[in-house]
Amino acid sequence: MTAAAGGAVAVVWPFIDQMNPAADTLALASIEFDLSKVVEGQQVVIKWRGKPVFVRNRTPKEVAAAVKDDSASMKDPQKDAERVKPGHANWLIVGGNCTHLGCVPTFGGGDYGGWFCPCHGSVYDTSGRIRKGPAPKNLVVPDYAFLSDTKVKIG
Amino acid sequence: MSGHSTYEPKTGIERWLDARLPIVRLGYDSFVDYPTPRNLNYWWTFGGILSLCLASQLITGIILVMHYTPSADHAFASVEHIMRDVNYGWLLRYTHANGASMFFIAVYLHMFRGLYYGSYKPPREVLWILGCVIYLLMMATAFMGYVLPWGQMSFHGAVVITNIIGAIPVIGGPILTWLQGGFAVDNATLNRFFSLHYLLPFMIAGVVILHIWALHVVGQNNPTGIDPKSKHDTLPFTPYATVKDGFAMSVFLILFAVFVFYMPNALGHADNYIEANPLVTPSHIVPEWYFLPFYAILRAVPDKVMGVLAMFGAIGVLFALPWLDTSKVRSMRYRPMAKLYFIILLVVCVILGFCGAKLPDDQVIPGLVTGITPLDNDLNSWVWLSRLATAYYFAYFVVIMPLLGLIETPLPTPETIASPALSHPATTPAGATADAEKKG
Amino acid sequence: MLRKLTLIAAALATLAAASPALASGKAKEHADIAYSFEGPFGKFDQAQLQRGYKVYREVCSACHAMKLLSFRNLGDKGGPFYDKKYGNPNDNPMVKQLATEIQVPDIDTETGDEMTRPAVPADRFPHPYKNDYAARAGNGGALPPDLSVIAKAREGGPEYLAAYLTGYEAPPAGLTVPAGQHYNAYFPGDVSAGWAGDKHHAPPGGFVAMPPQLADGKVTFDDGTKSTAHQQAVDVAAFLMWAAEPKLEERNQMGLAVMVYLILFSGLLYMSYRRVWKNESH
Repeated sequence: MTAAAGGAVAVVWPFIDQMNPAADTLALASIEFDLSKVVEGQQVVIKWRGKPVFVRNRTPKEVAAAVKDDSASMKDPQKDAERVKPGHANWLIVGGNCTHLGCVPTFGGGDYGGWFCPCHGSVYDTSGRIRKGPAPKNLVVPDYAFLSDTKVKIG
Repeated sequence: MSGHSTYEPKTGIERWLDARLPIVRLGYDSFVDYPTPRNLNYWWTFGGILSLCLASQLITGIILVMHYTPSADHAFASVEHIMRDVNYGWLLRYTHANGASMFFIAVYLHMFRGLYYGSYKPPREVLWILGCVIYLLMMATAFMGYVLPWGQMSFHGAVVITNIIGAIPVIGGPILTWLQGGFAVDNATLNRFFSLHYLLPFMIAGVVILHIWALHVVGQNNPTGIDPKSKHDTLPFTPYATVKDGFAMSVFLILFAVFVFYMPNALGHADNYIEANPLVTPSHIVPEWYFLPFYAILRAVPDKVMGVLAMFGAIGVLFALPWLDTSKVRSMRYRPMAKLYFIILLVVCVILGFCGAKLPDDQVIPGLVTGITPLDNDLNSWVWLSRLATAYYFAYFVVIMPLLGLIETPLPTPETIASPALSHPATTPAGATADAEKKG
Repeated sequence: MLRKLTLIAAALATLAAASPALASGKAKEHADIAYSFEGPFGKFDQAQLQRGYKVYREVCSACHAMKLLSFRNLGDKGGPFYDKKYGNPNDNPMVKQLATEIQVPDIDTETGDEMTRPAVPADRFPHPYKNDYAARAGNGGALPPDLSVIAKAREGGPEYLAAYLTGYEAPPAGLTVPAGQHYNAYFPGDVSAGWAGDKHHAPPGGFVAMPPQLADGKVTFDDGTKSTAHQQAVDVAAFLMWAAEPKLEERNQMGLAVMVYLILFSGLLYMSYRRVWKNESH
C-alpha cells in the first residue's frame, strides 16, 4: 500500500515539477549597471530576470521628502535609510513591479511625488514606499552592491 | 420526464444498430420526441445559441492554431500574419475573438434567466452547478485565450491575474513561480496558457454533455415554474422547439455578424495592438468587458487578500444558490418582492461593469460640489460606488434570498402550465403567439 | 419579442458606450475627418493611399519601422498601388519600382559578408535602425513606435493620428516643457508636472519626444494635390489605417452578403415558426 502510494507520488512529481522554471530561466545571471548614465532627477528602467528594475538618481529634495516621512503612518513601515546603501542616499534601486498585482508604476503620479500604479491606483512615495491604494508592501529593494561609485551589481 | 422511449427502428439496419448501440434512439429521445413545456419563451433559446457559440469557437480555434505560433517572440506577428496573409484569416480571427464576447452575452442571459425563473431550485441543483462549472471553465478559457496575441493588454492582464495567486500567504510566492514557469510572465507562461486554452474547451464540451444529460433527467423548467402534469402541458422537441431555437439562433447570428464585419475591434482594446512590453504597463489596464464586474469587486476591497477572496466569492456564491433560496415558489413571475430585488441585482451588475472600466479614484459625477465634505472628497468616486454595489451583490445572495423566501407572500400559481386562466390568455391561436412573447 | 430585442440592443449599446469611456485621457478632442473607408460600405481612396505612402516613405520612415509590411502589400487588392492587370502583386511594375528604390540588408551568399541590395516586392520594409537600442540612442532615449498597426493601437484611430501629427500647438503660458520634449495638445498624456497653476486644471495634451514633422510643401504630391501639413497628416493617417486593416474592403463586402443572407434566412425561419406553432396555444 505504502509502496503503491510512493510509486504514485514518484510518477506524479515530474508532471508537477515540469511547470517550475526551466534551467535556462534559472540561469539568469546578475547584471552590472553603469550609473554615470543616469543624471540627477532621472530614472532608468533596466530589465532583470524578465522584470523591470527602477534605477533612480534622486534629487536632494526627493531624498529630504522621503526622510521627512520616515515616521509617518505607513502600511509597511520602513525608514528611507534602510532602502538605500549608506553613502549613496541619492540612488534608489527598486523592483519596478507594483506589489499589488505586478503592474509597472509610472513616476510622477499620485500625491507623494513618487510612483503611481495605473492598474489599481497604488501610490508610492519618493522612497518607493506604499502610501495609498491596495498594494500591501513597499516596492522591493533587490540585492545589490556598489562595485564603485558609478557601478552597481544587481542580483 | 424521461419516460419510456417511443423510438421504433424502421429499417433492418436501424434495428441491427439499435440492438448493439442505441445511439439513434438516444438522439431521437433527446432531440425529437423529448417533451418540452409548451410555454417556453425566447429566454429559453439561449441554450441552443450557446451550443452554437461553443461549436463556432471550437472550429475557428482549431483552424487558427494551424497558423499561430505560441512563442513570446513570434505570437504577435503570427496573429498579424493570420490577419494579413492567411486566406480569410481575418474572418476566422475576428469570428473567434468576437465569438468569445458573444458566448458571454449568451451565457449571462442564460444565467439571469435561470435566476429569474428559479431554474436552480430542486430538483435542478446539479444542473445549475454543472452550469456554474461551465461558466468557470469559460472564464479560464477566455482569459488564457486573451493572452495568446501577446499584446500589451494580454501581457499585463496575465501579470495581474497570475499575481492574484501570490496573494495567498506564505505558499503564494512559490505557487506563482510554478504557474508562470519563471520569475515573470514570459515565454513559458504563454506556452502553458496556449496548451490549456486548447484543452479547456473540450472539457467545457464534456461538462456540457453532463449539463444536457442532467437537463433531460429533471426536465426543463418553464416560465410558470410549475411541473408539467399531463401531455397537454408539453410539446415534442421537434419541430416545436427546434424551429423556435433555429429562429433565435439566426437572429443572434445577425448580431454576431454586425460585430465581426462592421465593428470587429469595438469590444477589444487599442492597447492590445501594441506588442507586449514587460517594462511598461498601459496607462489604463482593464479586462475584457465580461470580466469587468469581477474586476470591480476585486478593486472595491482595499485589502489584497480580501479583494481576491471577494472576487472568487462572487462566483462561489452561485454554487450555493440552490440552498440559499428558501422560497417554495420557483418563478419570480409570482414573487413580486423577489422580482424587485432581482431587477436591482441586474442594475447593480451593470453598475459594477461600469466601475470596472473606470479609474477607481475618478469622480462618478465629475465636478460635483455639494458642500458635504465626505461626498466631495471620497464618496463621489468609482471605488465607493463599486463598494456599494459589491455589498448589494453579496447581500442579495446571502441575506435577501434566504429572508425573502420566509417573509414574502407569493401570488397564486396556476394549476397547470396549460390552464388558460392564470398562465397565458391563449384563446385565439393567431394572436396567442404575439401575446405570449410580450409577456415572457 | 420586439421588446426583448430592444432590451438586448439596449444592453449592447451600454457596452458599446462603456468601451470609448475607457479612453479618459486628458487630451483635446480630435476633429472628425470624413474618410472614404468609414461606414459599412467604406472603401479606401487609392490616390489618398498613394499620397500617404509618399509621406510615410519621405518623412516617417526615417525613424519609424513598419515591420509587418512588405512591398508586395502595396499592390494587394485595396492597396495603394493595386492594379487589376496584376493579380499577383509581385508582378506589378509600380511595386517593383518602389521596391528597388529602397536598399535592404542581406548576406552575400558567396562571401558571407553583410551587404545591402535593392529590395524586391517580397521584402519587408527595412528597419531604419539596426535595433531598438540604436533607435533609442538616435532619438534622445525615446523609441519611435512601429507603425504597422498603429491606427488600431491608438484610441481614435486615423482621426486621432491626423490630429496628433498637426497638434503641436504653442504651450500655454505657465507650462514648462521639459528639454527634448514637445507639447502636443492631442496626445493623451499628463502635463501637470510642468504646470505652474492648479494641478487639477492642467492644460490638455501631453509631452512627446517627436518634434513636429509635417510642414506645408514638405512632400510633393504627384497627383497635384496641394501639399499642406494638414493634407499630409490626413493622407498618411489614411495610409496607416490601410496598413493596419488591409482587409477592410473585403470585410465590408462580405459583411453585406452575410447580412442580406441572415436577414432573409431569419425571415424564413420566423415564417416556418409561425406555421409550426399555428395550432398550438402557448
